Amino acid sequence: MVDHELPNTQSEVESEELNLQFQDKIGKEVKIEPKDWMPDGYRKTLIRQIAQHAHSEIIGMQPEGNWITRAPTLERKIGLLAKVQDECGHGLYLYSAAETLGITRDELLGRLHEGQMKYSNIFNYPTLTWADIGAIGWLVDGAAIVNQISLCRTSYGPYARAMVRICKEESFHQRQGYAMMIALTQGTTNQKTMAQDALNRWWWPSLMMFGPHDSESSHSSQSMAWKVKRQSNDELRQRFIDITVPQADHLKLTIPDPKLKWNKARGHYDFGSIDWDEFWAAVNGPGPCGEKRMKTRINAHENGRWVREAARAYACKHSGRRPAA
Amino acid sequence: MQTEPSQWPLWEVFVRSKQGLAHQHIGSLYAADAPMALENARDLYTRRQEGVSIWVVPSGDITASSPEDQGPFFEPAHDKVYRHPTFYPVPDGVENL
Repeated sequence: MVDHELPNTQSEVESEELNLQFQDKIGKEVKIEPKDWMPDGYRKTLIRQIAQHAHSEIIGMQPEGNWITRAPTLERKIGLLAKVQDECGHGLYLYSAAETLGITRDELLGRLHEGQMKYSNIFNYPTLTWADIGAIGWLVDGAAIVNQISLCRTSYGPYARAMVRICKEESFHQRQGYAMMIALTQGTTNQKTMAQDALNRWWWPSLMMFGPHDSESSHSSQSMAWKVKRQSNDELRQRFIDITVPQADHLKLTIPDPKLKWNKARGHYDFGSIDWDEFWAAVNGPGPCGEKRMKTRINAHENGRWVREAARAYACKHSGRRPAA
Repeated sequence: MQTEPSQWPLWEVFVRSKQGLAHQHIGSLYAADAPMALENARDLYTRRQEGVSIWVVPSGDITASSPEDQGPFFEPAHDKVYRHPTFYPVPDGVENL
């Protein structure tokens, strides 16, 4: 190294070099692991995306938890309990993955509670009837699976591994939801009406789960270049529609979209336009249940504080060891 | 929002999925002490019979090689092709070698 060389230039050259090595790895499908060098933007994008995903899992426990005590049979109740427990587990896998990027779970929860981080808008819709629990399992988990299967190939190792575990567990969620829909559609007229009503209310919000159109999605192109995302919002949405329509047909339910039609030439279903005003209102506002969801979350956290502290005090007292940092 | 002053320690979890296989790293979790870490690991990682044995290790007790040193650290193995069977020619017609 030469003395009079500007340090700035030197570090810029180094950073350029690291960036090229990083992109080269991405190009060769080599996974990025926690302590590897990565661009700041990549790290920030991942923290935002993984945390939002984790928050969605734990907030998602609320609309379903709302029905555990009112499940119509014991079988439905243990199924729903297991599903809600899974969602909590998924949140934990994802917080762990986010923590490998140099942020703590505490900080992430703090940002959620202060409204600086988001979770999926879908959980701000109310669950009005038991059929909503079936529709959520079938449609909301169905949409999540389409997205998550794609994310099993994401470029960040810990996120990809969390996705693989989550996908293994999610298919039970979707099937138990679909089983509820089958039971309802084979039931009384009232039950059929209830199932149709749930589909009517959950169909469009489920399509919105894939996010805005590719042309409107602010993070998409960079995320695709980094292979954080592997398929675009519109591709994934189309895939979800294509696999879900025949499932609705089997239930003899009508998807609330008069423009929905098989397009033989494209090999896909055509569908009507999404009400993006509602979408952006839900993204930028609290949604029908947003305030309630946050209040419940913060209360759970605050009311659990003494338990966490007591467990730690007990552990210190009985281990005779130093209090772990 | 205040952060927890008394954060529980982080543990790494290793699970033996069945007899005959080695324990494999599966993830991490927070717990106040070792017995709680084991129970939490059971609830988090083996809800569907994914394991027959679990190890939990405080994350801070793990010493890891660093990625920056990846090249130099593993360099001694780079140029030793003679450690692989393919380095040695086998004449045509010679088998079971």
